[in-house]
Amino acid sequence: MHRFANPARFLRIAKPLTPALFWPGLMLTLIACIWGLFFTPTERLMGDTVKILFVHVPAAWLGMGGWTGIAIASIVQLVWRHPLAGVAARAIAVPGATFAAICLITGSIWGRPTWGTWWVWDGRLTSMLVLFFLYLGYIALSNASSEKGDTSRVAAVFGIIGAINIPIINRSVIWWESQHQKASITLSGSSIDSAYLAPLFVAVAGFSLLFGALVLMRMRAALAEMRIEARMRRMAEG
Amino acid sequence: MKPKHQRLLLALIAVVALVSAGLIAASALREEASYFYTPTTLAAANVEPGKAIRLGGMVQKGSILRAADGVSITFIVQDQARSQKVAYRGITPDLFVEGSGVVADGRLRPDGIFVAESLLAKHDENYVPKELADIDMTAAANTKNTISQ
Repeated sequence: MHRFANPARFLRIAKPLTPALFWPGLMLTLIACIWGLFFTPTERLMGDTVKILFVHVPAAWLGMGGWTGIAIASIVQLVWRHPLAGVAARAIAVPGATFAAICLITGSIWGRPTWGTWWVWDGRLTSMLVLFFLYLGYIALSNASSEKGDTSRVAAVFGIIGAINIPIINRSVIWWESQHQKASITLSGSSIDSAYLAPLFVAVAGFSLLFGALVLMRMRAALAEMRIEARMRRMAEG
Repeated sequence: MKPKHQRLLLALIAVVALVSAGLIAASALREEASYFYTPTTLAAANVEPGKAIRLGGMVQKGSILRAADGVSITFIVQDQARSQKVAYRGITPDLFVEGSGVVADGRLRPDGIFVAESLLAKHDENYVPKELADIDMTAAANTKNTISQ
């Protein structure tokens, strides 16, 4: 893994990889949106509101996947002192928070016509809101460092502790009597009709590629900032 | 402010935000876990009319009646033992259908009818296209007809 520890080597790979993730991601997302909006049947009870599914579910998965990534990168940073791990964790935070927010907003819009409420304080909704707040806390904490590009250990510890919320979100609909329905897609199969499942997976693939491209862009920007900082310091010293 | 103090302040803010988020969540969950009346417990509890309460149960099949104005409905909420008549005025949630669960916030009227101010309906984990659901129903009806013949 330390083969990629050299930022220069990482940048050589990341530069062509960014557009290779971005453009297919954008294409798949557009295909999924058009497919989901215009070419899927109306649902038995929910009618056309079911089409929020194609944004809501990928956003939820990536919101949770983002924090899982932060936690893994934080462990790598603390244990192996990998110089890029902290940069990666910090690069995930803003896109992760954005997807968590998209999940909460689309869920609320979906809840009003189908459940009859914008919001309830049930286990799933509350733990997802806590995830969004954790992201905000993480972003604030990792920006609190005085030096640009400095990867603080406090943020890494916070990233690991915050990961406790991820299994809570996943299990919330089982542990508590919740307004949110139980999981439709599990390891043993899916209770979503294939007419919705196919565009949903295209949407998940597209959103994931976009997420990866965003993280790479932010990592490259962070590394560039660190280089500027280092050069400025050298110039100041003489 | 020294950078060190700034960091300390931000860390403290983060901790306070986290703890309060946890506390709010915990108290909200406890509230949610707090109890709603089922028709049986409502009958036993002797709740005075006009007091805000919450009623939960299943919507009895064939009990939803829409008034001529299009927005007023009455229906019957039942549990295993008893049933309770409910009146509601407003747009019903998409998932509010006969035979599924409902939670209603409202008050008892002196005549014993529960007047709901809001209705909450729940979704199960199944997503079925409308056409497929219709086919399933007709298929089931056909099977039944064949059996009865």
